Amino acid sequence: MTGNRRLVAISAAAMLALVACGGSSGGGDTTTGATGSGNEAAGQAFTPPKLKALDKLGTGEGELNIVAWAGYAEDGSTDPSVDWVTPFEKATGCQVSVKTAPTSDDMVNLMKTGQYDVVSASGDASLRLIASGDVEPVNTDLVPNYADVFDGLKMKAWNSVQGVSYGIPHGRGANLLMYNTDVVKPAPTSWGVVFDQASPYKGKVTAYDSPIYIADAALYLMKTKPDLGIKNPYALDDKQFTAAVDLLKKQNVLIGEYWSDYLKAQQAFDTGDTVLGTTWQIIANYVAADKKVKVEAVLPSEGSTGWSDTWMVATKSQHKSCAYLWMNHIISPKANAEVAEWFGEAPANSKSCAETSDKSFCDTFHASDEAYFDQVWYWNTPITQCLDGRTDVQCKDYGDWTTAWQEIKG
Amino acid sequence: MRRFSSVLHRHPRLRLVLLLSAPMLVLVVVYLGALAVLLLSAFWSTDVFTGNVVKTFTLDNFRDVVSSSTYRTVIVRTVLVAVSVTVICAVLAFPMAFYMAKVASPRARRLLVVAVLTPLWASYLVKAYAWRSMLAGDGVVNWALGPIGMHGPGFGLPATVIVLSYLWLPYMILPVYAGLERLPDSLLEASGDLGAKAGRTFRSVVAPLAFPAVVAGAIFTFSLSLGDYITVQIVGGKSQLLGNLIQGNSGAANNLPLAAALAAVPVLIMVVFLLGVRRTGALDNL
Repeated sequence: MTGNRRLVAISAAAMLALVACGGSSGGGDTTTGATGSGNEAAGQAFTPPKLKALDKLGTGEGELNIVAWAGYAEDGSTDPSVDWVTPFEKATGCQVSVKTAPTSDDMVNLMKTGQYDVVSASGDASLRLIASGDVEPVNTDLVPNYADVFDGLKMKAWNSVQGVSYGIPHGRGANLLMYNTDVVKPAPTSWGVVFDQASPYKGKVTAYDSPIYIADAALYLMKTKPDLGIKNPYALDDKQFTAAVDLLKKQNVLIGEYWSDYLKAQQAFDTGDTVLGTTWQIIANYVAADKKVKVEAVLPSEGSTGWSDTWMVATKSQHKSCAYLWMNHIISPKANAEVAEWFGEAPANSKSCAETSDKSFCDTFHASDEAYFDQVWYWNTPITQCLDGRTDVQCKDYGDWTTAWQEIKG
Repeated sequence: MRRFSSVLHRHPRLRLVLLLSAPMLVLVVVYLGALAVLLLSAFWSTDVFTGNVVKTFTLDNFRDVVSSSTYRTVIVRTVLVAVSVTVICAVLAFPMAFYMAKVASPRARRLLVVAVLTPLWASYLVKAYAWRSMLAGDGVVNWALGPIGMHGPGFGLPATVIVLSYLWLPYMILPVYAGLERLPDSLLEASGDLGAKAGRTFRSVVAPLAFPAVVAGAIFTFSLSLGDYITVQIVGGKSQLLGNLIQGNSGAANNLPLAAALAAVPVLIMVVFLLGVRRTGALDNL
C-alpha cells in the first residue's frame, strides 16, 4: 500500500513538472507570434527560409528514398512490364525505396520526418513544404531534361517562389467523374450527379477523403451558383465556404464510402458497392483491367479540380546527387512517357509524346493544350490571403478546411 | 568472471539494480515518457500554413475538443460501439467458456482452446479485409441471406461492430474460461443438493463468481474497440470513430497538438472505466 502511494506521489510530481515546463515555454518570447508570422509568410510577401540549391552534381550516394503518388515510381512489382525504377538503379547505382502516399497531407507529414530525399508534391503540398523549409531550391541547370519541359509548367506559382525554382514539373491531370455504365444511366456530363439529393444512386456514391475535396464542391457552385461570386475554388470567404460545406454535408447522405486508398476505391467499384464518384484515371484503368464491371471516366462540363505535380528535394537529404539523377530520369522522354501512360496524366516533357506506346496519347490527355488545362483548377493550399486577389475579405485557410471536413463526415 | 560473480554476491543491491534497470528504463522512458510527451504536446499548437508545432502553452485544443459538436458526437458514437462490442463478446463468450471449463472432456477442452486461439495467428488486416469482401454487395453474406429474402448490413457501423466483435472475441473467451475453471465443481453440486435448479445455480453461484472474469475480458474488448480506427475504415462505410479523428488530425490536418488532446479522451475514459472496474476485483483476474 505504501509502495502504491509513493508511486502515486511520484507520478503526481512528474505531472506537475510537465505542466510547469509547458507553462514556462509559453512565457518564452521566441515562440510567441509564430502563428502570425506563418500566415503572413503565406501572403504577398511570402519569404521562404534561406536555403541554397545544389551547385554541382556529385557521384551517386547509392541510395534514394522517394515519397510518391501510387504509380509514379514503379519497379515492376505491380506489373512486370511497368518498370522505370530498375533501369534507373542499374544506370546510377542508386538503390531506390519508394513510399507511396494517399494524400498530399500524408506527403507533407512524411517529408517532415526527414527520412526521404525526393517527393512528387502536388500544388496543395508544395508551398507548405517550401514555407516550412522541408524542401530546398532546385538548380534546374543540373537537370538537362528540364529544357524540354512544356513552358506552361515552368516557374509556376506552385513550383517557384520569387523567381527561384523549387522543383521539376512531373505531369498534370484532372480529377475525373467515374461511373458504372451498366447502372448509371443516362451517362452523366455534370458533377451535379454526385450532389443530387434525389439521386437514385444513394449509398453508392464515393468522394475523395481529403479536405481538398471541398474545392470540388466549390467548383460546382462556381458554375451553378454565380451569385456566390466564387472566382477560385481555393479562395473561399465565409459565405462561399459555408455554401460549399453545406453542399457536402447534404452529399454525405448519398455517400457509401469515402476513399483515399485507391485500392479501396478500385475494389468498391469492382464489387458494385460504388457506382459513381470522383476518381483518378489510374483507378479507372485498374477497374477496366479487372473486367468485373464496365466503367467510364469523364471530365464533366464544369471542368474539374486536378493536379500539377513537382519533384522536390528534401533539405535534409543525404542523397542529393541521387535525387537530381532521379529527377532527370523521371522527366526523361521515355520514363516520363511511361509514367504518364501508366498513371493516366499529361507528361511534362514535350519529347515524351513521341515515346508513348499509344501515339494519340498526348492528344487524349491534352498534354500541350493549355486551353484545356485552363478548365482544370490545380490543387492549391488555401490560405487566409485570398488566392484570387481579393483583399477586402479573409479567406478560409487549410486548418479551417480540415476542421470542416471532419464535420462534413460527422 | 569469478570476481564479478563474487562482487555481485556481496552486493545484493547492485544485483537488484542490474536486474531491474532495463525493464524500468523501458517502462519509465519509453512507455510513461511517451504518454507524458503526448499529454504535454496537447497544450501546444501548430502553425496553420507550415504545419510546424508552435511550443506555446494554450488550452485551445481542449476547448476545441469539448466545444465541437462533431467531436462530441463521435466520442459518444465510439463509446457506444465499444460497449456494443463488449456486450456481444460477453454474450457469445460466456456459454462457450462455460462449455470449455465445465462440460467438455479434457481432450475436447484442449482442442477448443486451440480453436479459440487460432484466429489470433492470422493478421488483423487479413481478417478485416476478409470481412470486407464477405460484407460487400456481391459477398458471401448477401449470397447466404438472399434466398430467405434478407440482405446483409453492408458497410457501416453495424458492420464495424460485427467485425470488431469477431476480432476481439478470443480476448473475452480466455479470461472467462480461466475464471470459470477456477470455480470448484463442488459449489455447483452443493447448489444442486440444496434444491436449486440450473437457472437458480447460474444466478446465485456461477454469475457472481464469474463476473470479475467477464469484467476482465471486458477491459480488453472495450479498450481495444475504443482505440480502433482501421476496421471502421475498411468496413465502416463513411462513418468515423475517435481513432479516425485522432489519425485525421495527426495525419491529414497535421495538427499533432489537437490530435494529442483528442487522444487524451480515450485515456480518460479508460481511467474512469478501470476505476469503476477495480471495485469488482476484476483486476486480480487479468
